[in-house]
Amino acid sequence: MIQTVSSEDRIARFEQRRAELEKMSDAELKTRFWELCDRVVAPIVDLAKTHTSPSIERSVLLRMGIDSISSHGVVDRIYEAGLLGKGAGHVVLRLAQKNGTGVRAAAAAILEDKDVLQGLF
Amino acid sequence: MTQQPLDPHQKLDIEEILKDLESYHPKRKGWTWREVPKEGVDMGPFHFRDMSKPLKHGIGLPASKYFENIDPQPSCVVTTEIASGRFEDDLRRMRMAAWHGADHLMVIRTTGQSHIDGLMEGTPEGTGGVPITRKQIRASRKACDLIEEEVGRPINFHSYVSGVAGPEVAVLFAEEGINGAHQDPQYNVLYRNVNMYRSFVDAAEAKKVMAGARIFQIDGAHNANATAKAGWLVMPELMVQHGINCAFSVAAGMDKDLIGLSTVPPDAPPAPKLWYDLPYAVALRDFFSEYKMRAQQNTRYIEADIEEAIRTHTIDTIISMLTSADVQSTITPDEGRNVPWHYNNIRGVQTVKQTWAAMDGVKELLSLNMNGPLGAMVRDIKVRAVAFLEEVVAVGGYFAAVEMGFFVDSAKYPERNGDGIARDGKGGVAADSIVARDPDYYAPVCSHFGDNHVPGGLRKPCDPIDGCTLCRPEKIVFIDELDPEDSAPKRLEQTLPYRKGGLIRPEAEWAGDGVMLLQFVVPEAEDVAREAGLEIARRMGLQDPQVVNLMVLHPAEGCFIEVKGRVTFDVKKADLKIPPKEEMLPEDEIRAAIKKVGLRVVAATVGEDEHSVGMREILDIKHGGIEKYGVKYHYLGTSVPIGKLVDAAIETGAHAILISTIISHNDVHRAQMRKLAELCQEKGVRDRMILIAGGTQVNRQMAAETGLDATFGRGTKGMHVVDAIVKILRARGVV
Repeated sequence: MIQTVSSEDRIARFEQRRAELEKMSDAELKTRFWELCDRVVAPIVDLAKTHTSPSIERSVLLRMGIDSISSHGVVDRIYEAGLLGKGAGHVVLRLAQKNGTGVRAAAAAILEDKDVLQGLF
Repeated sequence: MTQQPLDPHQKLDIEEILKDLESYHPKRKGWTWREVPKEGVDMGPFHFRDMSKPLKHGIGLPASKYFENIDPQPSCVVTTEIASGRFEDDLRRMRMAAWHGADHLMVIRTTGQSHIDGLMEGTPEGTGGVPITRKQIRASRKACDLIEEEVGRPINFHSYVSGVAGPEVAVLFAEEGINGAHQDPQYNVLYRNVNMYRSFVDAAEAKKVMAGARIFQIDGAHNANATAKAGWLVMPELMVQHGINCAFSVAAGMDKDLIGLSTVPPDAPPAPKLWYDLPYAVALRDFFSEYKMRAQQNTRYIEADIEEAIRTHTIDTIISMLTSADVQSTITPDEGRNVPWHYNNIRGVQTVKQTWAAMDGVKELLSLNMNGPLGAMVRDIKVRAVAFLEEVVAVGGYFAAVEMGFFVDSAKYPERNGDGIARDGKGGVAADSIVARDPDYYAPVCSHFGDNHVPGGLRKPCDPIDGCTLCRPEKIVFIDELDPEDSAPKRLEQTLPYRKGGLIRPEAEWAGDGVMLLQFVVPEAEDVAREAGLEIARRMGLQDPQVVNLMVLHPAEGCFIEVKGRVTFDVKKADLKIPPKEEMLPEDEIRAAIKKVGLRVVAATVGEDEHSVGMREILDIKHGGIEKYGVKYHYLGTSVPIGKLVDAAIETGAHAILISTIISHNDVHRAQMRKLAELCQEKGVRDRMILIAGGTQVNRQMAAETGLDATFGRGTKGMHVVDAIVKILRARGVV
């Protein structure tokens, strides 16, 4: 990684920050610490709220009573079909409703033939 | 389902634990703290100020016998890490650890599990840890449910939610009643090279699931001082790592009282440990006052010397007591030389128990001097931590900072050695694997984090599927074994003879492993001593001998070495001659017999031997000695010649002579015992005199070889002696 700020500049900048921070009481310093932590994590929390992952979706299927091995294959099929953004649980539930089956049967149907995912949404 | 309670005199029946697992569900979920009475705890002769309720069954420190067998239990939860690779053997180890005071049992995963993209199933053998699977957890939790009943205190069972299957692992843990778990997305990024975006997106879901099951979280920040070259310099960064995980966890829905900071005193002697570790411990507890402290012991500087490790761990525990610890973790002191052996789990727990008892209530006696250098050092760490965060914000946030190598640099912030761990946001394991949620994204389950477009009118998001597994555990799918050849039942068949078949072999990790340790001095220089040690072990019949520790006593004079190896023979339990336990006469019968004959004895420590304590304890009423039963004694003191003693016995008309002989150099104790018998024979009083000897190097079998009537070793009480005297009197027809 390219360091964009020279090391002398960094140290000088630190000394300025330290001079400012030294003016604070212990309580103010603590408040500042937590404000900064919250500020650093805020965009990451937003990223997490608006995104999902294969593992998250497998964990949803597990919670729906689908075994770990089937969950793996089902999420892979849904990912390949470009439907992970709908939520794997959502996809399985919709197929179950369409076919009039339970969610386990719907998961099995996806494993058997990924074409069942066509036209669901 | 009701389980038979455990019998303290019976081994844990592993086959029974593995039975009917498909229908077993944990009897409770969530983390449990110890019960700590505000008013303190009275135990034996003492009042303790910072202890929890005692155990129903347990084993105290060796010295507890001097203090009415008390076993004070620290106020903090005490952790031990258990993972031999075979979880079925670890269950027995967990029971041992619980008896010694551990109530947080942490199972390390098998090597490489964090890179497995999904859950593992079955019970394959692990390396450096245990494959964490549903069956393994369920069986372990079932065993813990029994063990906690036996010891009388809840056990927290713990493992790790990290890697590229974090959310699934978290669901598994929530379903199966795991009580504590490590979860820290920074750990994945820095030490497992999991893609940073994926790691944080997964972590939010995992944390939400953990929060729903009240699982106590421990972060991974301490790895920085285990990894950085100069662990004692990375303290400002550690504060930042703790802060990021805490803030992120709260945002994901965790309660602060279930968020623990994994913190290690970063230094070890011969470094001036307190000058680094204490300011850090204080600074951390100031900034993180709303969170829990999980104090870990140092591993970074642990070598092969067990005693050195224990000494460092004692000081680590003292630092916990001078500041605070909600959970005190222990490191097995043999971690620097092998996969931990089970008895070293016990030693780790004992280090905490012993230190905690010794320093009970220390804060009422001592306080930290914040006006001296300590206050200035604490402030300096805090200022550097805040400045670190300001720089993170200035460069564009956390991900940018990781790309620029901000973390795990071994210099003291803001200095940089350029050896930090930099990660590329586009790289790492599972790069480019997160997917944006569509506007109609929906997950029909509970404990789900983030945008979820649950259809209107529902009470719970899982209503359309008639309940998720977190609401209806019967929906959980139990997979038994995937590979029957690599499984616990298969391994149990092989170890059956050593668990239930009457065969005995030593063990250190696994049933029947035959592993043993030899300790000895070789009076040669290091290179020679090492080879000589191996040769000695081989000639003793040990297989695969390895020197696990060598301490130079002097470059030329010699080395202390420890050699491990395996024995390959079995001992049959049925072939052993176990000496029957001495059946004691009822106390009233003893008293009656003593009264009838008006029993008188003479007693002394014989030879050139000034030890008096042992004999006084046998004699004095204060120590429960023979006086208590009505015996009249005449004590002649120490270094008494045998002749003088026999003469005194004859003069006073004593029925018995009691000698104490502690010094055993050149077998002088045996010589004294024989001399007593011979002299009584010469003087013609052998038939009417009862001759008894005792001492630390004496045992019950020595009576026959030395011609005495009874001989006693360590741990003998007055009642044993009067019991023997009365039995001899009966045998001689006197009473």
